[in-house]
Amino acid sequence: MINELIFFFNKVIVSGAVLGSVYALGAVGITLIFGILRFAHFAHGDMMTMGAFVSFMLAAAASAMGISTFWPTGFIVLPFAMAITAGLALGIDRTFYQPLRERGVRPVTLLIASIGVTLMIQGLVRLFGGVQTRSFFENEPKELFRFDTSWIGGTRSINVSEPQLLLIAVTVIAVVALHFFLTRSRLGKGMRAMADNPDLALVSGINTNQVVRATWIIAGSLACMAGTMLALDVILKPDLAFNIVLPIFAAAIVGGLGQAYGAIAGGLIIGFAETMSVFNWAIMLRPFRDHLPEWLPNDLSIVPTEYKLTVAFVILVVVLLVRPTGIFKGVSS
Amino acid sequence: MIRRDAILFMALGAFLLAIAAWQQIPTTLFMLVTASAYALIALGLNVQWGYAGLFNFGVMGFLMVGGVAVTFVSYPINDAFWASDGPFMLFKALLAAIFGGVLVYLATNSQRFGIKGKLRTFLIVVSWAVAYIVYRSQIDPAARLIEQEAGFIGGLGLPVVLGWVFGGILAGAIAYVVGRVCLGLRTDYLAIATIGISEIIRALVKNMDWFTRGTLTVSPLPWPTPSPNDIVAAGLDDATMSTVLARVGFLSLTVLMIAVIFYFLQKAYEGPWGRMMRAIRDNNVSASAIGKNVTKRELEVFILGSILMGIGGAVLASFSQILDPSGYQPINHTFIVWVMIIVGGAGNNYGALFGGVFIYIVWTVSEPASVILFDIISDFSEGAGIGAIPNIESRALQMRVFVLGLVITFALRYFPQGIIPERVRTEK
Repeated sequence: MINELIFFFNKVIVSGAVLGSVYALGAVGITLIFGILRFAHFAHGDMMTMGAFVSFMLAAAASAMGISTFWPTGFIVLPFAMAITAGLALGIDRTFYQPLRERGVRPVTLLIASIGVTLMIQGLVRLFGGVQTRSFFENEPKELFRFDTSWIGGTRSINVSEPQLLLIAVTVIAVVALHFFLTRSRLGKGMRAMADNPDLALVSGINTNQVVRATWIIAGSLACMAGTMLALDVILKPDLAFNIVLPIFAAAIVGGLGQAYGAIAGGLIIGFAETMSVFNWAIMLRPFRDHLPEWLPNDLSIVPTEYKLTVAFVILVVVLLVRPTGIFKGVSS
Repeated sequence: MIRRDAILFMALGAFLLAIAAWQQIPTTLFMLVTASAYALIALGLNVQWGYAGLFNFGVMGFLMVGGVAVTFVSYPINDAFWASDGPFMLFKALLAAIFGGVLVYLATNSQRFGIKGKLRTFLIVVSWAVAYIVYRSQIDPAARLIEQEAGFIGGLGLPVVLGWVFGGILAGAIAYVVGRVCLGLRTDYLAIATIGISEIIRALVKNMDWFTRGTLTVSPLPWPTPSPNDIVAAGLDDATMSTVLARVGFLSLTVLMIAVIFYFLQKAYEGPWGRMMRAIRDNNVSASAIGKNVTKRELEVFILGSILMGIGGAVLASFSQILDPSGYQPINHTFIVWVMIIVGGAGNNYGALFGGVFIYIVWTVSEPASVILFDIISDFSEGAGIGAIPNIESRALQMRVFVLGLVITFALRYFPQGIIPERVRTEK
């Protein structure tokens, strides 16, 4: 029984937490932008890809200079990459969204503009980076930690790779930091005030331009963090995050658009829902196989593996229909 | 105003002639046929977004539905499937689906039997789960058997035009379901929901190997008009000439179809129905206050637009002669149509037509144009001693996506109404 539980832990808990962390980091950005600027920022997925490519270039430069540490190089350069991506996010806002905002267009127009930005980032990333996949671990080993479980009577080990551990760790740090920023700092309180009631925030003397800039800096750096950690865990490719932008939106909507904490919860919910629904539950029944009826099929996964991403879309559509405001009440545009 | 539009269309014609001189006539005809299919799709989206302000970002899903429908109707009959147990097992799966549907329907309407609140919610969830399990228990063995014995179910071998009609009907039916559940959502939520639904459709089409052969692709799909091979068989030996003739034949069919559809759309737009739709779009509160059934009208227009998209998707699949589920991407099947509408002018059918043809041509020729551009830069950088650009061909392909993004952001900023904007005719 213990072995089956460990298998479950490896397959569902670890990968669910990894996936959930990536979704959560992306969803926080989307939800903050929605809360402050009132539009669905579709280009967020490609901002993650862009961040991952920035990290990759920095890591390549660092290893060319001979910098090599105990940590993966891609992780070491992360703070710099986050700063650069935040700068790029500010630039994108200044060039593409701000002129439209000043003209007072509807949120729909901003959404379409963000799709234009998505296309441009995709084109540029592929133009300069090519379409091939790359690994952060070409020059250094990707460590895999095996935790021995003989003390609880297991023969299998719990397997977690170094990027996965780092990913979960930085997510926790980022969430705690974000919490303190939003609740303790003046700017963070201003952001929450503006998300709750923009007019009231304006008349009570909150510098809205500063709040908008802070939003893009946070969203951009978190997007870079999520993209880089995802690329460290899996592989770097041009459509790294475009494919998961909808699950990320699902996470933000499940949590309630505009709710930072909701986005984190939503990310974890979607992440675990995906891994749990493709998990073959028949494995958990294996210890009791002698007592089970014959007709029970060997494959008891809820959906076939090919439909893993579809789970997020189904959750998204169901949540939109049953409770469009999300599990935490969201703001409306 | 009419004169300005005429000049614009003449400029588009001159642009096409220039492209024809540069890219040869067969290639230009190929582009034109595809562009005409996209023009039809753009008209469909214009009905939804331009007439009624419905934010449908699931265009790709409806195109796939059209493609699957035309494949099913027009592909030759697969005897291995009909000889096997497949049809019977599929029939059982259909019964299971109907059983599940009835169960869900009963649970959803259980308030009529006095069941309310939490118990009703619980019943709905349980009924969905039971329906899913029952359906899966029937469809899984059927799918396995068909894939093993026959590959896939094949088609019905009926005329292609019938397949296009069926594509429209099927897309309309799906739009009815989607519209019933989603149209109550606000714009941006509706956009995300429709993207989600189109992704679900894509996942289904990609993985239902027994029905669509999934990633194995189905080809060759027949043409409604004589194909190049038919013309060669009829005695014309010149390969280029037969291709040109065949494509001209196909193009005249699509153009005829667009002309008919366009005429009726324009009539509807100018008539009372169009006025009512604009009223609903611009202020649905006051429209409902004067007694218009907003929900019903929006559903109607959503279905109408999706039918056009389904037909367009069917035309696209027939013309390319292949149903390739992995070839459907949001960029070239959803976003590009939006760019067509925004650039052409939402709310104006001429604008949608113009945008459809113009953007498709720009999208296609930006690849060879970038090759030329990169060659020049590469020569220059080589001369300057920096070195040539590697992999020009594959990089140039990516320029299309960038150009599309640039065009849409540029259009939103400098001519948000589009090239041929909506003109509401007021009383003289």
